[in-house]
This record gives sequence, C-alpha cells and structure tokens, in this order.
Amino acid sequence: MKYLLFIALLLPLAVQAAGYKLTIKDHQFVPAELNIPSGTKIRLVVENHDATPEEFESYELNREKIVAGNSKITVFIGPLEPGRYPFFGEFNPETAQGVIIVK
Amino acid sequence: MLATAVILFREVLEASLIIGILAAATRGLPHSRRWMTGGVIAGLIGAAFIAGFADIIGEMASGVGQDLFNAAILSLAVLMLAWHNIWMASHGAALAANTKSIGKSIRDGSSECSILLIIVGLAVLREGSESVLFLYGIAASTDGSQTSMLLGGVIGVLGGAALGYILYMGLLRIPLRWFFTATGVLVLLLAAGMASQAAHFLIQADMVPSLAAPLWDTSAALSESSVAGMLLQSLIGYDSRPAGMQVVFYLVALIVIASGMKWVGKPQRKVPA
Repeated sequence: MKYLLFIALLLPLAVQAAGYKLTIKDHQFVPAELNIPSGTKIRLVVENHDATPEEFESYELNREKIVAGNSKITVFIGPLEPGRYPFFGEFNPETAQGVIIVK
Repeated sequence: MLATAVILFREVLEASLIIGILAAATRGLPHSRRWMTGGVIAGLIGAAFIAGFADIIGEMASGVGQDLFNAAILSLAVLMLAWHNIWMASHGAALAANTKSIGKSIRDGSSECSILLIIVGLAVLREGSESVLFLYGIAASTDGSQTSMLLGGVIGVLGGAALGYILYMGLLRIPLRWFFTATGVLVLLLAAGMASQAAHFLIQADMVPSLAAPLWDTSAALSESSVAGMLLQSLIGYDSRPAGMQVVFYLVALIVIASGMKWVGKPQRKVPA
C-alpha cells in the first residue's frame, strides 16, 4: 500500500508531455489543423521536408522558432485554454498557415 | 516584396536599436566606435556561421538546441549590458565632464570597449543568423521573384538601420545633464527585455515552467506586428502575451542591475539641483 502511494505520487513527474507532429512540405503545414486537449502541455515536433528554412510562428501561442531545411525541431506548447490558436510560417506566410484547436 | 521588407526590417531593427543606444551611451569614450564596428563585423561572420549550422543546432538537445542557444546568447548579453551600465554609472560623470583628466577612465575604458564589441556582436549574431537563413531561402527558391524579394530585403535592412540611426541622433540631443541617466535607463530596459526573451526561449524548450501563460493579453490594444509594438518589443521588451516566468525574469534583471548602478554610482554622483 505504501509503495503504491509512493508510485502514485511520483507518477505526475514521470508523465511525458503528449507528442504531436506537424510536417512542412512545399511551404505548407500538414495537417493545417491540429486538435489538442486543453489544460495540458504538449510536445510538438515540426518536421521541415523542404530544402529551404521556415520559421514556425504564432502570436496567439507566443511561439517562434526556426526550422532549418530538411530538419526538425521540438517546441513545447500549453497548457492552453480551449480556443483557436493560428500559426504560420514566417518565411512563406502566403501558403504556410495553420491553426491549433484546443478542446 | 513588402513581406520580405517587413521580415528583414524586424530582424534588423532590434540589433540596430541596441547599437543606436550604445553608440549614444558611450559618446566621449575613446575608440568606442571602432570597437562597435568590430562587433558588427564579428557578428555578421558569426551569423553566417550559425546559419550554416542551423539544422545541427536545431536538432541538438532533442530539438530544443536553438532555444538553448538563444537563451545562452541572451543571458550573456544581459550580463554584458549589466556590466556596461554599472561601469557607466561610475564613469558617466567623468565622460560627461569631457575633461582631459579622465586618464583612469580611459584605462578602464579598454575593458569597457571589449564589452561593447561583445554586446554588439551578440546582437548582430542573433538577429543576423535569422536574416541569413531567410535570404538563403529566397535565393534557393525557383519561382523567379528573387529580384523583387531581394530588393524588398534591402529596403527592410535600410529601414531598420535608419531607425537605429534616428534613435541615436535623437538621444544625442538630450542635454548632457540628463544624458547619461537617460541612456542608462534605456540600457537597463533593454537588458530586462532580453532577460524576458531568454525566459521565453527556456519556456518554449520546457526548461522552466511558464507560470501562467499568458499572464495578460494586450494584443488587441497593441500587437507586436504593428510598428509601435515592434519598437516597444525591441526597446523595453514589450510582449502582448507574456508568460508569468518572463515577467519574473524581467523584474529580477531590472532590480538587480538598477541596484548595482545605484550602488556604484552613489559616491561620485553630483545630483543637479
């Protein structure tokens, strides 16, 4: 019983932020809409399949990060309130648009 | 073309304002211009180098290498700005008097000058490497709009540099009596803003907790995408949606540096009545 309690107390520390992935291809985000749960921190991997660099940016999320060509980065997001959080690729904003939907 | 101009304007603006403020703050300091020019050149070379290794840096530390790198550069810049401001607080009076008897200040000035080189170099390095990557992206694209985009880029760079120069000229018009107080406050806010940015990168990398994100949201009143927002972001570290931890970093830097300035400035200070 004591051990169980001990493990239960440690559990929150061991819980990794859930992982999500975005891909950049031809200056577009795939998927362009990403659903994530509210009130929890997530780990977002952005993979750039283009040869040119991109900057993952969102005013709403207060995030900004360069993704070099044919490379990937990790960015942590949240915990967030439910709502729509648009993001874009600053280097190609005409095509690279997307939104994170928090439910 | 306009989009390119705006992006490069943003990148250049911050470094340009930092250089403008420091150039004004060190007026009368022998050789400071030469050292600052050296900082720009070293920063540009470093920026090209960093841009070349952006993929490796980005993938380091499980994908948060870039954040750690930026946070480290910013922290170093905050330390240097703190050192600079505390040094100025104890020597500003001598420089303002512009006497020939500042022999000791000049000797101390050589270390102050190398600090200047580092601050300017770091500012150019950080903002410059993003510009280099962006320009590389344009050069590598094949849709035939390179010429107009590069033209936009040149306009953006010149625009950003011009604002730094305007700030510099404006600062020089401040009467000497208040001059070093004014530039001291500007450098102080610059350093606090950088501390907040460092926190932003560490939160993004999940190295420190965000503590309430955002703490407030003033984006409807003043967005960072507006020119006023951009200027305030570069000058005083304005953030329309800051995390609580950013505010903590900001205030700690502000209080620590201001206390240091007060402490060294006191003995020699001649407060004009």
